[in-house]
Amino acid sequence: MNKKFVLGIYDDEDVLLDAIENVRAAGTKIYDVFSPYPVHGIDDVLGIKRSRLPIVAFFCGLFGTSFALWMQIWMLGFDWPMIIGGKPHIAIPAFIPVTFELTVLCAAFGMVITFFIVSRLKPSFKVNVFDKRSTDDKFVMAIEVKEGVTDMSALNNLLRSNGAIEVNEKEVIK
Amino acid sequence: MQHVSPIREPLVTGGKTYHDITQDVCRQVEAKPNVRWAAALAVALVGLAIFLYSVYRTLWYGIGEWGLNKTVGWAWDITNFVWWVGIGHAGTLISAILLLFRQKWRTSINRAAEAMTIFAVICAAMFPVLHMGRPWLAYWVLPLPNTFGSLWVNFNSPLLWDVFAISTYFSVSLVFWYIGLIPDFATIRDRATGPIARRAYSALSMGWTGSAKAWSRYETVSLILAGLATPLVLSVHTIVSMDFATSVIPGWHTTIFPPYFVAGAIFSGFAMVLTLMIITRKVFFLEHYITLEHVESMNKVIILTGSIVGIAYTTEFFIAWYSGVEYEQYAFINRAFGPYWWAYWSMMTCNVITPQLFWFRKIRRSLTATFIISIFVNIGMWFERFVIIVTSLHRDYLPSSWAMFSPTIIDIGIYVGTIGLFFTLFLLFCKFFPVVNMAEVKAILKSSSGVKHHTSHAKSMHGTAPESNTNTHHSNE
Repeated sequence: MNKKFVLGIYDDEDVLLDAIENVRAAGTKIYDVFSPYPVHGIDDVLGIKRSRLPIVAFFCGLFGTSFALWMQIWMLGFDWPMIIGGKPHIAIPAFIPVTFELTVLCAAFGMVITFFIVSRLKPSFKVNVFDKRSTDDKFVMAIEVKEGVTDMSALNNLLRSNGAIEVNEKEVIK
Repeated sequence: MQHVSPIREPLVTGGKTYHDITQDVCRQVEAKPNVRWAAALAVALVGLAIFLYSVYRTLWYGIGEWGLNKTVGWAWDITNFVWWVGIGHAGTLISAILLLFRQKWRTSINRAAEAMTIFAVICAAMFPVLHMGRPWLAYWVLPLPNTFGSLWVNFNSPLLWDVFAISTYFSVSLVFWYIGLIPDFATIRDRATGPIARRAYSALSMGWTGSAKAWSRYETVSLILAGLATPLVLSVHTIVSMDFATSVIPGWHTTIFPPYFVAGAIFSGFAMVLTLMIITRKVFFLEHYITLEHVESMNKVIILTGSIVGIAYTTEFFIAWYSGVEYEQYAFINRAFGPYWWAYWSMMTCNVITPQLFWFRKIRRSLTATFIISIFVNIGMWFERFVIIVTSLHRDYLPSSWAMFSPTIIDIGIYVGTIGLFFTLFLLFCKFFPVVNMAEVKAILKSSSGVKHHTSHAKSMHGTAPESNTNTHHSNE
């Protein structure tokens, strides 16, 4: 099914933030907002919840720590014990550097892979961008049009009265 | 709406708009290669050819092609390794530590500095791998199930810690760099006209659209990666210093090594960033983004770290005397007044004396002076590693085994060759990747350009502007 969107184009982040607040206050649901850079404060006005990726990073890091300690203790302590420099087989202080590195490695990769999956980022040749200027210098507010429900002229007025420099329609073919 | 700081200088000059930033950064990627770039690449490729030839000689005839002997079993290889790893550290420092400190001036230099990190680590990795003699067996350093030999790797050895530290550092830096590149690749993708460029940058940009939710996650990921990369970068040079500090060799077996090496790494890294950025801003017309303010900020880091390194040299001498250990005392007397005195005093001059010139504001803000001093620091830091390594080894406990080290043409070839490899990679990066992080520079533009934008909307901005949501400059920052 094809979806239709109304795009409000803005060229200033502060105008955009005000517009988001006013549009939402008017009871209109915003589908998404696209910007060329992270706009500070946009999470609050759009009602985006804080990302839980740090929790993912923490648990991946914890896995890295446990894995590294287990690996070193098992390899040098149990699988093939050997005396090295007269130290104990399980020399915990000497195992710390590798443990630290694997903690960082697992935390970083675990988090980044999760980020790619939840944000649906993957290499692809075809990308649906509502308005190509949103990666350059414009801020695009997309509102989904529901046939027979959305009052187009009222929506147009709402966006324009809140500082949109252009209001466009865009159909996305699924 | 706009608060222009009376004290701080703008970080983006020339009254740029968002679109100007896109244009100025993408120009290099989209235009045909210019003559200066092509000439530079040709020189770098000559260096790369020297590298390949020297590597061929090393692999075909063995490590005997190098100037090592029984006494000095480590010389230029490890010197170059530490030098390159150290250079890499500035990139992570700029992108991670300065992000945590909310230093806005990092935004226009972090991309190139991180690229420098990655290429420097690639160059560094060449030395231990080649010194193995049989690089095709390099995977033996990993703890793999031991069907090829009989044992697990020795987790008590700092050389093994290095394997984990360097490979983690390289891969995490690469990921950090790539995450930052995704939005900029999307910008280039949406401007691309040719089919190859559009497809290539589409694939690289991972389908990035810049939606608010994605940006929110992107910011979280960047912050956490910065938090992870900060202790990581400190751990890497700490572990590199432990290659020496855990051996019972006079001049190496000291607890000062980790902080001293980390400071030295940042010192040499910033010098290399300056060397590269002074050229890059000129060649690619990025003077409005990489301003004198940026150069001055980096020069201040150089004075700080240069002074720390100077204090470390003095402390080492004092502790050698104070320890009462005659071998330790001899190692330091020999460093300064022995047969390698010229290396020691080159190090002292380049690292301790020249950076102090940056106390003068005029010198700190002069591009020519900065460029020359940055080269001095690069040379000085190379000598520092040479001095630590060779002078400590060449005369140790038994005078009967004392020896001198002199490099062969192959030693020189590999070193010069890695510089060629580095510049080949860096020049390719400059041509195909955005050299300045466009998204981040756009994000600081309103607060740091000193120019009021979008006056046509001034009316709609009145009254309702939510103070907490704006990207204005607070005086306490």
